[in-house]
Amino acid sequence: MPLLSIVTFLPLVAAVIMAALLRGDDEAAQRNAKWLALLATGATFLVSLFMLTEFDPSDTGFQMVEERAWLLGLSYKVGVDGISILFVLLTTFLMPLTIAACWNVTHRVKEYMIAFLVLETLMIGVFVALDLVLFYLFFEAGLIPMFLIIGIWGGKERIYAAFKFFLYTLLGSVLMLVAMIAMYVDAGTTDIPSLLRHQFDSGPMSLIGWQVVGGLQTLLWLAFFASFAVKMPMWPVHTWLPDAHVQAPTAGSVVLAAILLKMGGYGFLRFSLPMFPVASDLLAPMVLWLSAIAIVYASLVALAQQDMKKLIAYSSVAHMGYVTMGIFAANQQGIAGAIFQMISHGFVSGALFLIVGVVYDRMHTRDIAAYGGLVNRMPAYALIFLLFTMANVGLPGTSGFVGEFLTLVGVFKVNITVAVIATTGVILSAAYALWLYRKVMLGDLIRESLKSISDMTLRERAIFAPLVAMTLILGVYPALVLDLISPSVGALVAGHERALAEYSGRLVDIAGN
Amino acid sequence: MTQIILFAPLVGAILAGFGWRLMGEKAAIWTATGLLFLAAFLSWIVFLGFDGETRSIPILRWIESGSLAVDWAIRLDRRTAVMLIVITTVSALVHLYSVGYMDHDENWREGEAYKARFFAYLSLFTFAMLMLVTADNLLQLFFGWEGVGLASYLLIGFYWRKPSANAAAVKAFVVNRVGDFGFLLGIFAIFLMVDSVSFDVIFASGAAMAAQQVGFLGLTVNGAELVAFLLFVGAMGKSAQLFLHTWLPDAMEGPTPVSALIHAATMVTAGVFLVARMSPVFEFTPGAMTFVTVIGALTAIFAASVGLVQNDIKRVIAYSTCSQLGYMFVAAGVGVYQVAMFHLFTHAFFKAMLFLGAGSVIHAMHHEQDLRRYGGLRHKLPWTFWAMLVGTLAITGVGIPLTHIGLSGFLSKDAVIESAFAAPGEAARMAFWLLVAAAAMTSFYSWRLMFMTFWGKPRGDRHTHEHAHESPVVMLVPLAVLAVGSVLAGMVWYNDFFGETAQAMAFFGPAIFVGEGNTVLNDAHYVPDWVKAAPFVAMLSGLALAWLFYIRRPDLPRSLARTHHGLYAFLLNKWYFDELYGLIFVRPARALGGFLWRRGDGSVIDGAINGLAMGIVPFFTRLAGRAQSGYLFHYAFAIVLGLVVLITWATITAGVN
Repeated sequence: MPLLSIVTFLPLVAAVIMAALLRGDDEAAQRNAKWLALLATGATFLVSLFMLTEFDPSDTGFQMVEERAWLLGLSYKVGVDGISILFVLLTTFLMPLTIAACWNVTHRVKEYMIAFLVLETLMIGVFVALDLVLFYLFFEAGLIPMFLIIGIWGGKERIYAAFKFFLYTLLGSVLMLVAMIAMYVDAGTTDIPSLLRHQFDSGPMSLIGWQVVGGLQTLLWLAFFASFAVKMPMWPVHTWLPDAHVQAPTAGSVVLAAILLKMGGYGFLRFSLPMFPVASDLLAPMVLWLSAIAIVYASLVALAQQDMKKLIAYSSVAHMGYVTMGIFAANQQGIAGAIFQMISHGFVSGALFLIVGVVYDRMHTRDIAAYGGLVNRMPAYALIFLLFTMANVGLPGTSGFVGEFLTLVGVFKVNITVAVIATTGVILSAAYALWLYRKVMLGDLIRESLKSISDMTLRERAIFAPLVAMTLILGVYPALVLDLISPSVGALVAGHERALAEYSGRLVDIAGN
Repeated sequence: MTQIILFAPLVGAILAGFGWRLMGEKAAIWTATGLLFLAAFLSWIVFLGFDGETRSIPILRWIESGSLAVDWAIRLDRRTAVMLIVITTVSALVHLYSVGYMDHDENWREGEAYKARFFAYLSLFTFAMLMLVTADNLLQLFFGWEGVGLASYLLIGFYWRKPSANAAAVKAFVVNRVGDFGFLLGIFAIFLMVDSVSFDVIFASGAAMAAQQVGFLGLTVNGAELVAFLLFVGAMGKSAQLFLHTWLPDAMEGPTPVSALIHAATMVTAGVFLVARMSPVFEFTPGAMTFVTVIGALTAIFAASVGLVQNDIKRVIAYSTCSQLGYMFVAAGVGVYQVAMFHLFTHAFFKAMLFLGAGSVIHAMHHEQDLRRYGGLRHKLPWTFWAMLVGTLAITGVGIPLTHIGLSGFLSKDAVIESAFAAPGEAARMAFWLLVAAAAMTSFYSWRLMFMTFWGKPRGDRHTHEHAHESPVVMLVPLAVLAVGSVLAGMVWYNDFFGETAQAMAFFGPAIFVGEGNTVLNDAHYVPDWVKAAPFVAMLSGLALAWLFYIRRPDLPRSLARTHHGLYAFLLNKWYFDELYGLIFVRPARALGGFLWRRGDGSVIDGAINGLAMGIVPFFTRLAGRAQSGYLFHYAFAIVLGLVVLITWATITAGVN
């Protein structure tokens, strides 16, 4: 059974059905649209669980591969390995919660649901695609529904945010496209498993008078880097993210932070590191330093924020810094930690944006100064907010700790100075996260406008329950994730080291001759 | 059995925290308290029946990645057993005491339920603390370490309507995180060198680490020294040592039972525990050990000096705690971990009791904490008075000089001071003199507290004084138990902790590693008599001075403060550490954040990119026409264009092939 294709396209099918059959914009139609979307995303999650049971973690190759001829001689090819499978699950897990989180939306509900369903298909597609063209299509097309979500259902300055998003991503994408063409020319195939086996030339080459160490690999690496670094986002191309988050509706922010950002990290793991090992090694110090800067810089900027969503957005930038540094530490702990951190961040940052959404729905402001003393009236909310604040600062026992710890351990082995700088993040994150919590939740409830605010509804609690469970379970028993990814990560690291050994062997040969 | 000790408090926390709506506050409180007494009872069984053999009990896998394999597991050895009884006993007594203390709390409004939450936090703390001391590896220890930090944060900020309590809670967490920064780096460095974080491996590799050199921030340093130093930074945070001490006095914002349990008897001693636990590494690091000694001695004298002039009863005791922790670190720093543990052990009893006694006074005085408004309370609060008196005698070190008869503080503190004298090196000698001076100050501020509270005439609000009443039995029983401990704990266990070398070594067995050539424990028994008598003399002089100042001539302190105003203000303002840190860390960090945001993100990055955009976008706009307001169109256009190019290329080159 083509499980992966079902998981990928089930939401799209639902979207098509909704577009074709659902008429009207009255309350009943809106309710139907929401239920259909919830049902479709829920079913997708269930099917993805079957996929999980089929998956054999000890096999480090691609599994459940499907290959079909497609138009113009291109091929449709999908599959998962230990590196990608969890991103698929993260997506299918979070989408029903996201749909449930926009239950109160009344503006063009059908279109909103369709946008999320299409988005889900495209996001899953990115993680399962095993063909360059297919990957590119999913990777780029995924932005369209996100644009619409920000542009139609977003805040006041959504046009500026979309504009920024557009410019940043376009630049990266164009370069990536060029690189993909070059890869096709060099390797003669767009098949990702074949490209993973292909050795791209790493001998020095000269380009308009410049001597490029690492040759073609370096150029390709840089082109991909342009795209993925924007997606992560890495410092200094991160400034689109806070604006996009602030303008996006709650559900849009959740998807953006929890899933879309992970495409950059996934891209590094799928392309940069295994396909261009020499370039990765040459440029790793740059990535490590940029990551360390991102952690300190974004954390400091977070300290100065007045808007809840912006603060969390900058916190996301800092947390993604751990991911990039873990990946380019290129050892077992670093990479496993980076993947773990991405999964954990999916739950934690998603939950934090939902948390902002809970009070935004009630008060229609994200201004930190407009709140204070909410614990007086919202004890359940206070508890959940506290839990995710602690997960965000990486308290052991929550999933946030495991990723941070593993990436830092991995980086410490490679570059102690960078690890020391990055570790200051544990101080700064505590400072901004607890400051936010204090300003919003603690103190006496003085503001007249807040006096009648109500605690979370049953629906809201139901949305948070799975996120709370995952954050705690993965904090106490991270083996659930680590066991799945370890063999594939091991293979990735081994392959990387083998490639580097060959490269230095060749260098010695050249020197010898 | 150890599992039951460990998880009973967690169960209590969950039942009290989430179950109180079902079973009612009263049942929740007694459930948590009952489970703690069960844990304490079992801990004594474990302690008394312990055979000295180290054992490890696995529970669950935790983090596994490559060569890193960390499990949840319990490690039980003598030191853990000692810590088990200290933690569970004090915690159980504090739970019991809190039943009375928290019964009426004017910080809460009518009908607000807060008691179950308080007990849930207390039990949660106890669980985390037990995880810390039973850890089988450094990472699990860190879990407990951060867990107690969380509980401390929650309890300091328990009165969440008070801005000062909220500020203190955040401060405690963040300052502790500065220490954790060092702790984490220490763990990383250990993993880098020995490829493991489990204690068995680490303990076996002390010498190996000492033989390695590591490049660290441009320096080349000895591996073991680096690890020891970084871990000690963590210990400084948790144990409120000089430079990272600023959170502890503010932590007194929490309810008083919290101060007794967390900020006196247990959590703050975690740093001492860590250094003692890591003795197999510290024994190879003379440099780090000297650092520990110096910081410990400076903290002892610094905190004692600040304690001399504080007017808040809890702050006096808080600085006293800080100072006593300094004593413990000196003992550890000179390599006599047994004595550090001894002082930790006795201190838990008398300091918990002093805090609970202070709580009893505060309770009686309607939450008045200012010593200047007390006076003459010994008739109103006879039981509390006697308990506090015992505590004061214990902390100031009353006993018969040159014998082993005395209150617990006498034996353990003298052991620290004698060890400092016996240890070789300048630092240890300096520490000795500072500790003797600090002993005099300890005696002064302790008696000052006693005299101002219980002697003289009532000062302050007459109404409050008239209504002052002795605390209920549930609060007095814990005081009585701790009083017995304060009197006897030193004498009963003296030989085990600090007796004949062979006996003390046998008591701890493999739980404490003593390096070759470290004979301080033995030498400390043979110091000159004047050294042994010195702390006693210091104690007497402090007592005499306090008597002069607060009984004989109560006008003296004020005139002295006036004539030496600069010094007085310096001490009263805690050497201006808070102001200094605000000036060099807190405000600059926020200002830098604002600057980076507005200038870095705003002007530089966005400025550059927007500038670029202003050049490119009009071009595209012209190209694509005015396609509504969406840039989306351009984007889709770019993708299609790109795909067309790609596919064209693909088909052409495929044709060529």
